[in-house]
Amino acid sequence: MTVEELKKIAASKAELINVRRIVREQAEKLAARTGYRKQVLVCGGTGCTSSHSLKVIEQLEKSFKELGIDDVLIVKTGCFGLCALGPIMIVYPEGAFYSQMTPEHAKTVAEKHLIKGGSIVKELLYAETLHEDGSVIPFSEIPFYKHQMRVALRNCGVIAAEDIDEAIGAGDYAALSRALFEMTPDSVIEEIEKSGLRGRGGAGFPTGRKWRFTRIAEGDVKYVCCNADEGDPGAFMDRSVLEGDPHCVLEAMTIAGYAVGASEGYIYVRAEYPIAVERLNIAIKQAREYGLLGKNILGSGFSFDIHLRLGAGAFVCGEETALMQSIEGKRGEPRPRPPFSAQCGLFKKPTVLNNVETWANISPIILNGFHWFSEIGTERSKGTKVFAVGGKIKNVGLVEVPMGTSLKTIIYDIGGGIPGGKSFKAAQTGGPSGGCISAKFMDIEMDFDNLVKIGSMMGSGGLIVMDEDTCMVDIAKFYLEFTADESCGKCTPCRIGTKRLLETLDKICSGKGEPDDLVKIKEIAEHMKSSSLCALGQSAPNPVLSAMEHFGEEYTAHIYEKKCPAGVCKSLLNYYIEPDKCRGCTLCARNCPANAISGTVKSAHEIDTAKCIKCGQCIAHCKFNAIVKK
Amino acid sequence: MAQNLFEGTKEQLEQLLVCIEAHRGEEGALMPVLHEAQNIYGYLPAEVQTVIAEQLNVPLAEVYGVATFYSRFSLTPKGKHIISICLGTACYVKGSDKILQAVERELRISCGDCTPDKKFSIESCRCVGACGLAPVMIIDGDVYGKLTEKDVKGILDKYMQD
Repeated sequence: MTVEELKKIAASKAELINVRRIVREQAEKLAARTGYRKQVLVCGGTGCTSSHSLKVIEQLEKSFKELGIDDVLIVKTGCFGLCALGPIMIVYPEGAFYSQMTPEHAKTVAEKHLIKGGSIVKELLYAETLHEDGSVIPFSEIPFYKHQMRVALRNCGVIAAEDIDEAIGAGDYAALSRALFEMTPDSVIEEIEKSGLRGRGGAGFPTGRKWRFTRIAEGDVKYVCCNADEGDPGAFMDRSVLEGDPHCVLEAMTIAGYAVGASEGYIYVRAEYPIAVERLNIAIKQAREYGLLGKNILGSGFSFDIHLRLGAGAFVCGEETALMQSIEGKRGEPRPRPPFSAQCGLFKKPTVLNNVETWANISPIILNGFHWFSEIGTERSKGTKVFAVGGKIKNVGLVEVPMGTSLKTIIYDIGGGIPGGKSFKAAQTGGPSGGCISAKFMDIEMDFDNLVKIGSMMGSGGLIVMDEDTCMVDIAKFYLEFTADESCGKCTPCRIGTKRLLETLDKICSGKGEPDDLVKIKEIAEHMKSSSLCALGQSAPNPVLSAMEHFGEEYTAHIYEKKCPAGVCKSLLNYYIEPDKCRGCTLCARNCPANAISGTVKSAHEIDTAKCIKCGQCIAHCKFNAIVKK
Repeated sequence: MAQNLFEGTKEQLEQLLVCIEAHRGEEGALMPVLHEAQNIYGYLPAEVQTVIAEQLNVPLAEVYGVATFYSRFSLTPKGKHIISICLGTACYVKGSDKILQAVERELRISCGDCTPDKKFSIESCRCVGACGLAPVMIIDGDVYGKLTEKDVKGILDKYMQD
């Protein structure tokens, strides 16, 4: 394919996609020119597919046939971000946002809205997109989207993820064409350096500098790698980019190949992401067919191809040297650095490795220039960051905001606050390598450096919200179980340190904690931080250290008073029935697996704490909230 | 142990050899081959590892080393229905440990084990990325979300029948 042909495809699809991007009145005018009266976008990301969005698409197709609708386009996209409301369906040009769709709902929308002369089915809309007077608010103006700025996720939920023409229409490969024909490799690197882009995988290393090191490293063969081994449990932005806009990653890797002088690239992706793997395979195949990968790309003389490698469930493979070992077909064990990957990486050749979200930022920088990018964000952290907001929060999903946005904005303005009238306790960022942020840091500008200052880290951007029902000792134990399980065992401080920390926390949770344990934890943590081989071991103590710092009183309550203030640690709790609330319905007694509950019909029941195994079945079954843990 | 007797068919072996042929000469071929071998056999018994080692000309020790390093590769057979409970952070905070316990109670086996009739095996996983549906459980690739302990029995019953 030539540059002209690329531009032709882009132009032919541009109007269709613009209908989904611009405000309603203009979109309506534009829609008339596209040949499609309306467009229905249904999320085909992992979250919505899990709640059966594909059945919604099937039903739409069926209804269209029955109703003779042939001028409405159905588009299966990637993630819209608001995963809590899935399956999500958006109708353009109105921008009507339907949530929690079922096939029956889809049928209704087809019959009443999508049919000629139809109008929006208000009762199926996401409630927040309706004004009190009944008028419809375009979804882009509701709080969840209004405060966001989408750079990395620009095309997610906008284009058909398996259609390269739509990707081109949305702007993919325009940056590649500019880099290949209007820029030298050095000027590409300079642009990235000046933008101030830092790696989104966790460490925040300046991307441009990484590319420069690889460019100047000696070697005839060099590699470009993409880290899509998103192992941090609770982070799913990389998956969303791969599912929603896989071409933007292929394009960015090709640009890097041109800049550093590489002709081959590898994407290392988790096998746990079947949809992302499938879409990457489709995207690579399409790009090869179009000549956007392979020999002599766009007639520029530059050649580059990309291979896919699947992970097999090892968290440590997110570490760069371990990842490269794994691509080489070995055990994914990290190795000491130096030599750094820029000099000696994959197959012992100079290699540049970036995370998916980092790659997703490359094309906008090339197209809009470094000035544009460096004006977003804070002094030392430029651009935006995608957070995967989960846990005890109303709007679970993906949120992309400028660096420096406060936790308060993310949790309350965008996230909609904590459900069930509970109060905020802490937010964990950076997953098993990060730490927690307590309420007093709600207003801090979240960027790479500020998060480190308060004992946490950006990490890949997982942000788990915890409410008053979360025990901070238990959650630290949870993370240590994870790191102890995932430690590869190569170096002693990590292998043994994670085990000893876990044992100590287990002891505290089971009511056998001693005052000396807190000192021991700190001592082990210091050794692990200073002497572990890779970031897994160096950062594994972070969750417990930060929890001890911000919630020290919970640790002392567990150790001195043998109490779990949040009511989580089983050994420190007993179950009781409050006699005045119990109606004697016998449901608890019938469901108790240990036969620990006695009582007769219509009189208050009682739990024998000696027999009770604290499984919580009684609480789950009680309809009168009569059972308490204390 | 009798239950771990390896019974591979001729067709499976042929499939494996075709897959090895496709990757021959490729750098780092071992991982993709192990993935496909596990798809073919459901697990990676010693006999299959031996074939891979001989065909790819890699020491068996190395094949074993890689197969045991990664949690997705299994050296023991799994049940007909594989139940996977997400213990990622978002699900854990929403009580997925209780879902796991409920499944264990219901099937009377522990996480990582297979029922004696080889019908079910339970495993835990770390984040499938459906955090909006937390807590989630996956049975044979189908995702069940927003679970409570009460839902568990009804869902398992559906699979008990066949």
